[in-house]
Amino acid sequence: MDLAVVLALEILNGIATLVLISVGLAIIFGMMRVINLAHGEFLMLGGYAAIVATNHGVNIWIAMLVVSPIVVGILGVVAERLIIRVLYGRMIDTLLATWGLSLFFIGLVTTIFGNTVAGIGAPLGGFAVGRYSISLYRLLLVGIAAVILLALYAVLRTTRLGLLARGTMENPNMAAALGVSPPRVYAATFGVGAALTGLAGGLLAPISGVLPTVGAAYVAKAFITVISGGTAILAGTASAALLFGTVNQLLTYLTTPVIGEAGLLAAAILLLRVLPHGITGKLFRGSL
Amino acid sequence: MILRHVSPGVLVTAAVMVTVAVGAPLIVDQFQLLQLTVFAGMCILALSLGVVWGYGGILCFGQSAFFGLGAYTYAVTAVNVGESTLAIALSLVVPAVFAALLGYFMFYGRLSDVYLGVITLSVTLIFFNLTNSTAGDAYRIGRARLNGFNGMPSLPTFNVPGTPGRLLDPTETFYLVMALLLIVYVGLHALLASHFGRVVVAVRENETRCELLGYDVRRHKLLIFTLGGAIAGLAGSLFANWGAFVSPNVFSLTTTSQIIIWVIVGGLGTLVGPIIGCVVMQYLATELGTQQLANTSLIFGIIFLAFVLLVPRGIVPSLAALRARLSAARARPAAQARRAA
Repeated sequence: MDLAVVLALEILNGIATLVLISVGLAIIFGMMRVINLAHGEFLMLGGYAAIVATNHGVNIWIAMLVVSPIVVGILGVVAERLIIRVLYGRMIDTLLATWGLSLFFIGLVTTIFGNTVAGIGAPLGGFAVGRYSISLYRLLLVGIAAVILLALYAVLRTTRLGLLARGTMENPNMAAALGVSPPRVYAATFGVGAALTGLAGGLLAPISGVLPTVGAAYVAKAFITVISGGTAILAGTASAALLFGTVNQLLTYLTTPVIGEAGLLAAAILLLRVLPHGITGKLFRGSL
Repeated sequence: MILRHVSPGVLVTAAVMVTVAVGAPLIVDQFQLLQLTVFAGMCILALSLGVVWGYGGILCFGQSAFFGLGAYTYAVTAVNVGESTLAIALSLVVPAVFAALLGYFMFYGRLSDVYLGVITLSVTLIFFNLTNSTAGDAYRIGRARLNGFNGMPSLPTFNVPGTPGRLLDPTETFYLVMALLLIVYVGLHALLASHFGRVVVAVRENETRCELLGYDVRRHKLLIFTLGGAIAGLAGSLFANWGAFVSPNVFSLTTTSQIIIWVIVGGLGTLVGPIIGCVVMQYLATELGTQQLANTSLIFGIIFLAFVLLVPRGIVPSLAALRARLSAARARPAAQARRAA
């Protein structure tokens, strides 16, 4: 019984982690059709931002929840201005340019911080379920992931900003004709996506630690989740994270973490063979 | 028959390769010869992506998956058999079979470019993680221990087929690798000049039109992708032989980004481009590796960005375009003078 509870929490945690690492990417990809291969490095930079801020005496919660998203959000806006903007509509070139950006960030961070693991302790401690101990912080991550999804839904559904974003996503030319400036919407979207990615990086830093090449560990999972999710940003990410998080954690429990990851990938390839446009290409159509 | 389609440029490149193969061992020392050997092996890897991406239009971010699979196949087989002929053969077959399997799911699922890129990238990262986690005695294939992130050292190197005791010396290995490079280069040109090759290029240009003309787009993509996997696997076995060593790094992001950089820098849609890009960037990487001023990743990232933003077509096509512009500019005044007269 205790084991079942622990396993269920592990699965929830796996799902929440997937949501956290892929929601920023989903926004950028869903709104702008831009594949940002520097996504993993945005996560990595968010992690470093949190750790550096904490080591300089900033409260750990402020470091993770405020400093990380702001730092990475600003970097995102700069990257959008300098690189992405030049390449709109050229999907493959954007893919390559952001990969160049990713190498650049890895090199830069290695030069500054060295190729070693940095980390901070996870706050909050834990509680016991029978013979097992559960980290309260991991449980909190589940809550945060849910809050992010709900907040995004509310913003996109109910605010004027969300309306503009959805309109531009649907038909940029029509939006421009009605007086909205698509480049400005894109810049804001990219900034928000990057900020959410930075937030995720900051939140995950106490759990996994960061090193310059940590992005590679996240980026594949994030992309698989977003692509398998399909066109609907929130419903797609949530449903794909639900599916793959469960597969990953169950396989990890039964075998090893690496098999769990391989299983995640295999599940994604099989899924895309059946549903080439992702889950929301067929189910939940028209959702956000 | 096929020779009719071969352009003078191909003959020139082939002649240069033969000259290097024959001349280099006479003038350079052993260390430089070893360097040239690994450059030539990597050129084969560059060609594999050059054909899959440049001609097949398939952006494969996971060419290093096939490269690494080839290297590991060679290592495991050579350790078990103690003779390299079968190992080299298998290093072509295993990646090809894997490429065919992966390609089946991707092309018959009709995934678009970007999705292909992401899936192939994920595959290579998973391989990286998988091989990294194979430390310990439990992970052995026959007599070969995989050794996780430490890699497999002291692999048997190439021997004369049939006589395991007679190993190839560095000069002979260099001849072999150059010969293989020449065969792959000329062979790919011959393939591209054939009916199959022309359909592959046509698919790159316009998939729908090809389909309407009755060609099976999916099958052509799958075949060229599989061929690319086999060639990358061959390069993998050459790499494993070169250092008598293989580690999970063959699957790493660094390896896979290098291959893409070679092709971008050299030029898409040519075969000589990836070769030039590979030699230039390999040379640069070796030079950067010996200094401490700046991180190699940093420099490569900047070069990558610069090429995508400023020279998106790569060196070779840009030079060709420049030459065409210059000769047009030279022709124009002459024509005007004629008209005036």
